[in-house]
Amino acid sequence: MSKFRNKEKGEMPAISTASLPDIVFMLLFFFMVATVMRDSSLMIENRLPNADQVEKLKKDRTIFIYAGKPNAQYKQFGEEPRIQYNDAFISVEDLQASIYQGIGEMNQELQSKVVVGFKVDKETNAGLVSDIKQELRKANALKVMYIANTKKVQ
Amino acid sequence: MAKRSAPEVNAGSMADIAFLLLIFFLVTTTIEKDKGLLRSLPPIDDTEVEPPIIKQKNLFTVLIGRDNRLFVEDEIMEIKDLRQAAIEFLDNAGGTNPAGESCDYCKGKRDASSSDHPDKAIISMKHARETTYEKYMDVQNELVAAYNILREREASRLYKKYYPGAEKVFTAMLEQKEKNQYSKDDVLNERIAAVKALFPMKLSEAEPDKN
Repeated sequence: MSKFRNKEKGEMPAISTASLPDIVFMLLFFFMVATVMRDSSLMIENRLPNADQVEKLKKDRTIFIYAGKPNAQYKQFGEEPRIQYNDAFISVEDLQASIYQGIGEMNQELQSKVVVGFKVDKETNAGLVSDIKQELRKANALKVMYIANTKKVQ
Repeated sequence: MAKRSAPEVNAGSMADIAFLLLIFFLVTTTIEKDKGLLRSLPPIDDTEVEPPIIKQKNLFTVLIGRDNRLFVEDEIMEIKDLRQAAIEFLDNAGGTNPAGESCDYCKGKRDASSSDHPDKAIISMKHARETTYEKYMDVQNELVAAYNILREREASRLYKKYYPGAEKVFTAMLEQKEKNQYSKDDVLNERIAAVKALFPMKLSEAEPDKN
């Protein structure tokens, strides 16, 4: 009988849960670091050109327009450079409506200060960019920013 | 022999490890901010007023051909020489501005066959449809750089005393404006406008020919 009782006394100690919060925090940090915030997934190749006379972009008043060759995932759209706005390809004719929509979604007081940010692949024809600019002039969105990678000032 | 219970692992240092990791990533992370060239497009002009005639000498034509070759004033030029050529053109001061004043701050050659005054000097840029965007941006960058260098020079001549430590006075002024964007500083804005007025950016872009 006494032998039996002895066995009961030596039961496994409860697993400490003190370190559980730490593990959770570590996971939280990992995902915080690994997450890239991105508004629209790119459907085009997007290698930006270089420039050294750059200014900072104010994100709150910017509408982004992407242009370039469709990437490997969207090969069915062909080789010609295309314009992407938000998550879809649009044609030059649709651009004006998209810009108005983008301006409408913005903060009231910033609407008059809208800047259109061009994220255009460097292999794109400049003719497409000038078509876009022509549409922007029609939509009366006259401030543009050619977004570029910063290179060292010579 | 009595069975000993397993000793508890000390978890007290776990928090330290987590904080160490947190601080490491806090320090090494850079939040990417987009940067680029800010330019203004001309508004669409429907009025049928005859554009004023601009003398050829006040016009600096930059053309990028379909094979990405650069033509400046109808001659082939390397991209690395463009910045200096544009500065020489803008800073030339061979004559007077529309008000009849000659440019007393210009340091150019005062060549009668080049631009009269920075107020009158216009850079006209044109490209073919097939020009690559990369080349277009290179050229834009060089032309904007020419204006920035000249403005930097004038800002340093006029306002260096207010920014003794700054290497680039105009950049320092713009940064200060950016920092105080919620408290308006009229003196600073006036100074920035004054520097810009000395070398107004007259960079016009023609539409490429449709073919």
